[in-house]
Amino acid sequence: MRLNETYINAAVLIGLLVVPLWAVMVDEPFTITLATKAVILALAAVGLNLILGIGGMVSFGHALFFGLGGYAMGILAYHAQTFTMLDLGLFSTGGTKMMPIIWLVAIAVSAVIAFLMGQLVLRTGGVYFIMITLAFAQMFYYFSISWSQYGGEDGLSIYVRNEFPGLNTLDPIQFFGICFAILCVVLLLFSRLQTSPFGLALNATRQTAKRVETVGLNPMHLKLVAFVLSGAITGLAGAMFADLNRFVSPTMFSWHLSGELIILIIIGGVGRLMGPVIGACIFVVLEHFLGGLTTYWHIFLGLIMLAIVFFARGGVIGLLTGKEGAHV
Amino acid sequence: MSFLTVEGLTATYGSSQALFGVDLTMAEGEVTALMGRNGMGKTTTVKAICRMIRSEGKLTLDDVSLHDLPSYKVARRGVGLVPEGRRCFAGLTVRENLTAAARPGAWTLQTVCALFPRLGERENQRAASLSGGEQQMLAIGRALMTNPRLLILDEATEGLAPIIREEIWAAIRKLKAETGVAILLIDKSVKELSSVSDKAVIVEKGRSVWSGSIAELTPEISEKYVGV
Repeated sequence: MRLNETYINAAVLIGLLVVPLWAVMVDEPFTITLATKAVILALAAVGLNLILGIGGMVSFGHALFFGLGGYAMGILAYHAQTFTMLDLGLFSTGGTKMMPIIWLVAIAVSAVIAFLMGQLVLRTGGVYFIMITLAFAQMFYYFSISWSQYGGEDGLSIYVRNEFPGLNTLDPIQFFGICFAILCVVLLLFSRLQTSPFGLALNATRQTAKRVETVGLNPMHLKLVAFVLSGAITGLAGAMFADLNRFVSPTMFSWHLSGELIILIIIGGVGRLMGPVIGACIFVVLEHFLGGLTTYWHIFLGLIMLAIVFFARGGVIGLLTGKEGAHV
Repeated sequence: MSFLTVEGLTATYGSSQALFGVDLTMAEGEVTALMGRNGMGKTTTVKAICRMIRSEGKLTLDDVSLHDLPSYKVARRGVGLVPEGRRCFAGLTVRENLTAAARPGAWTLQTVCALFPRLGERENQRAASLSGGEQQMLAIGRALMTNPRLLILDEATEGLAPIIREEIWAAIRKLKAETGVAILLIDKSVKELSSVSDKAVIVEKGRSVWSGSIAELTPEISEKYVGV
């Protein structure tokens, strides 16, 4: 059976919205939390999908931005909740409990780091790009372990979830609503970007960078802009993830997480608008149900990955639509 | 002031030298044929002009040295290359190939599709699924979308069916007659080149050995250097 990708996309979004609403009715708050987790992981992976799916840059260090977003939230909220000052050299601040401000800081910090890191990593390609992005993420990972001021290896707990004007973020469904709305906005941006001249040129750069130059485009600039956008989106997801758990720790920087983001995209469909969303839903469902049966549930995840790589190169969406490539 | 000036151009691929001194001047709107046997340095000359390989000597466009510019900036100054072997963005559709390259100017999706109606008919088809001739048209269209002042066509009719070749030559004639774009042509067909070009430059073993107006290109000269 071949399905239209637009219908699949709509069904996934509606499903993702209906499940938590149903959970409200039957009073299953944990299901809402699971759905929120799926939404946030999907958002992080949408960020990665921008460079991996469209630009062909396999970043094995995207947990770096996830962690930056997480720590941006953790540090700002920690100071706000303990009424201590955060000294930034030029000025000091008392932190904040407001989600929108925390998000902007997470986006800005991730974008700046992505810009600086991009200057270096984007000059490499192939396996070197994979390794150098991993190396950067590991640098931050080990730094966060040794950063005792903010919990070091034990991480940093934030006792009360941050605030959003007009909403009660402690109510799971309201927090889910916020996250879901942000995911929708970012997906809309992604789909617009994919068909914009910038997105097409980025896609062309993945195929043949030399030819892109002959039409007057600078592949380095294209890739850098994409890398910064990608880092910013994943950073935003990191801040939201930290708020979901009310906890940040060095594991947000870990290479496992970078790998999981790649796996989410491959399961769903590389370069596909909804690839990361489907991947994240499957991942969270497997983690919850199989994780309840055995602590070695990653074995099953590995088997699914094998099956996808061998039999469904276009991921779940590729399987359903009968079109292997995202760009068909 | 000449539009494009190439003087004593030398170029190397790694340790082997490919160009030993190529001279070529073009005025705005002029059509020049770059001729020579296989392996004599035609494509290398074009690659050097587009800054796709390292080269030395004089290379200026509007009296600005291109040697100081990266390849994409040369394209932005108005040099549009249709590379040998077409090399469209295979994963993108016809429309997407053209949109990705678009720069402001007279050439738009509509005008390119008017020049090559086949492209308009296959607007949503992926480049990889087009025939060779259609891919060639797309490659030319893509270069035109950058709104170049100098269009370089490297073997634009190579390996195509006679009827498609004729369509491409017709488009080139139309470009010459209706737009002010200068065209640098590399092709095997001396007959077609002679009918459309104003000038010819012949390269042999990495050197330009003959240049002149197309009227001066006698059969003896083309026999001697090009072998036809």
